[in-house]
Amino acid sequence: MSEKLLEIVDERLSFFTPAGEVKALNGVSFSMEEGEVLGIVGESGSGKSVTAYSIMGLTAYPGRLIGGTIRFNGHQVDQMSEKEFRKMRGNEVSIIFQDPMTSLNPVYTIGNQIEEVIRLHTDKSKTEARARAKELLELVGINEPEKRLRQYPHELSGGMRQRVMIAIALACEPKLLIADEPTTALDVTIQAQILELMQELRQKMGMSIIMITHDLGVVASMCERIAVMYAGHIVEYGTTDEIFYHPSHEYTKGLIGSIPKLTTEESERLVPIEGQPVDLLNPPAGCPFAPRCRSCMKICLKKMPPKTRLSDTHYSYCWLRQKEAAEGGHEA
Amino acid sequence: MSGERNLIEVQHLQQYFPGGGRGAKRRWVQAVDDVSFFIRKGETLGLVGESGCGKTTVGRTMLRLYEPTDGRILYDGEVIYDSGKCPLQNADGTPVLDEAGKPQCGPKTAVDMLPFRRKMQIVFQDPYASLDPRMTIGDIVGESIDIHKLCSSKQERRDRIISLLERVGLNSEHANRYPHEFSGGQRQRVGIARALAVRPEFIVCDEPVSALDVSIQAQVVNMFEDLQRELGLTYLFIAHDLSVVKHISNRIGVMYLGKLVELADSFELIAHSVHPYTRSLISAIPVADPQVARASKRIPLQGDVPSPLNPPSGCRFRTRCPYADEQCAAEVPAFREVGPGHWAACHHLDKVEGEMSPLLPVTMG
Repeated sequence: MSEKLLEIVDERLSFFTPAGEVKALNGVSFSMEEGEVLGIVGESGSGKSVTAYSIMGLTAYPGRLIGGTIRFNGHQVDQMSEKEFRKMRGNEVSIIFQDPMTSLNPVYTIGNQIEEVIRLHTDKSKTEARARAKELLELVGINEPEKRLRQYPHELSGGMRQRVMIAIALACEPKLLIADEPTTALDVTIQAQILELMQELRQKMGMSIIMITHDLGVVASMCERIAVMYAGHIVEYGTTDEIFYHPSHEYTKGLIGSIPKLTTEESERLVPIEGQPVDLLNPPAGCPFAPRCRSCMKICLKKMPPKTRLSDTHYSYCWLRQKEAAEGGHEA
Repeated sequence: MSGERNLIEVQHLQQYFPGGGRGAKRRWVQAVDDVSFFIRKGETLGLVGESGCGKTTVGRTMLRLYEPTDGRILYDGEVIYDSGKCPLQNADGTPVLDEAGKPQCGPKTAVDMLPFRRKMQIVFQDPYASLDPRMTIGDIVGESIDIHKLCSSKQERRDRIISLLERVGLNSEHANRYPHEFSGGQRQRVGIARALAVRPEFIVCDEPVSALDVSIQAQVVNMFEDLQRELGLTYLFIAHDLSVVKHISNRIGVMYLGKLVELADSFELIAHSVHPYTRSLISAIPVADPQVARASKRIPLQGDVPSPLNPPSGCRFRTRCPYADEQCAAEVPAFREVGPGHWAACHHLDKVEGEMSPLLPVTMG
């Protein structure tokens, strides 16, 4: 169990666009153990999807890894060739995309698309692959699998298509499943069904999951660890309880404060994070959150804060915490 | 904050869209069917439901952006639409009867909407699609000022546009820019400034924050609240995110497949919902509090929403409802008052009440 499944150290990734270099990731480091469920939260453009895609070698042109190391399941991912990636994808790591409407091919049947994955990665015969596809559809809770295998994506509802996506991702029992906003395009009741299914499958198959989402509600129920991203940095990392009950980065606090509470009788005024998201073409010199931060100090604008350890599992990058730690002990 | 007067009244509103076929074989998408509610002056009514339940159609039909297929709409006591087929109501909701004892209908009415457009406005969901990319922000906001001839000189028009932009947190320099130069949150502010340009009394907010990031969403929600307080606005707030709707609304209506299934005060609806659909909807919301999330129990719904082309007979929720029986298939449940100000449409409220425990997130809050 203690063997690290995934270890990313100081990953830097930029998109070289005509307008200039967009620094999507600026030194991202984290690691995951086998069987763990990690949530990556952050707003659009914070780099959460880019981080996950780079594990699979799916960085899109004009993006390029410009520094850092990624180790996954014994592979040195940052030095792998496309050929090696092809062997790894689907077998050891697979992905569920956000939009089930556009990520299935409309001109092939569901059966075709599931069998394709199985036959690419194993030496099963056509009939064996068919049987396995049927088994997979049953696993993800689709009724009448025989009939569904012969249908095309447009004949299925959004929730069903997402189940098919999950079936495809699980076809070769990967060690790591990356779920990129798997329920954002779905209605709440369908979202609840899909999240429940993912939890069930995780218990059955023992895989690790990286859950990328902007919805703090989804991570609260699904994840054990959470990484909060802002402007290409992980600004805080900790267990779910630490992040929700003892947030230490001002951005995390802001995020939690801006969610309306469902459970109180009186509606308190929301506390939004003022200002606009960072422009990654010209990121600020110091802490990326400084221009929007309520407690911004002089040093925040000049230098990126170092890591402050708050517990064995909890750390954040904020000058305030650094200051508290230097003054001897921090508030838990 | 909410006065006694009803600003808007919607009675038996129906909106069917043609769904293919010709003549007798023509099929209809029953987007909204027999929906009735009112909105008091100065209050916010929230409308929630899953995609395809008809909440947006209700908002648009109320403004007569779609011509209703049946029903009656009153604005400040004035009839702005009447199909001529729907029974008149007394103040207490009972039908008006003629000498023969039959329900009486009003005359068919469809008023010219231009004067009402000044009072009723809308903010659209998608800030990327609802602004004309070839118009400057100033012209987008100024268009309705021109249409309604609200300003006599160019200078006055310009001042008015700038004060509107400043009101929504933008500045005068933004007036000459184009929509693509703005972020999602800023565009939504432009959409709000456009709606405010004619000094309306009532605004339909159609998923105004759904496309925005959480941190920006809170900014815009706060702005809606400030504007309401300062300008005395009345809102119909449509969204699928129940926690946002609960935050901003005085009362909430829940829709399912074209029908209003429950309507109550915001907290009452969350804490003491009676309709089985509302209950599972609430239980499905991911709560951003790990302890509550671990302890709460979902009430799962089986299957998917049926097609509005061919909705189930009787109660439209029956195909997914754990309590459904023959009565639900045979009769459409009446939308009746089950408590003070609390309305619901279900045959088996007694069973629902007895079997399910109160929802956990609320008891912990």
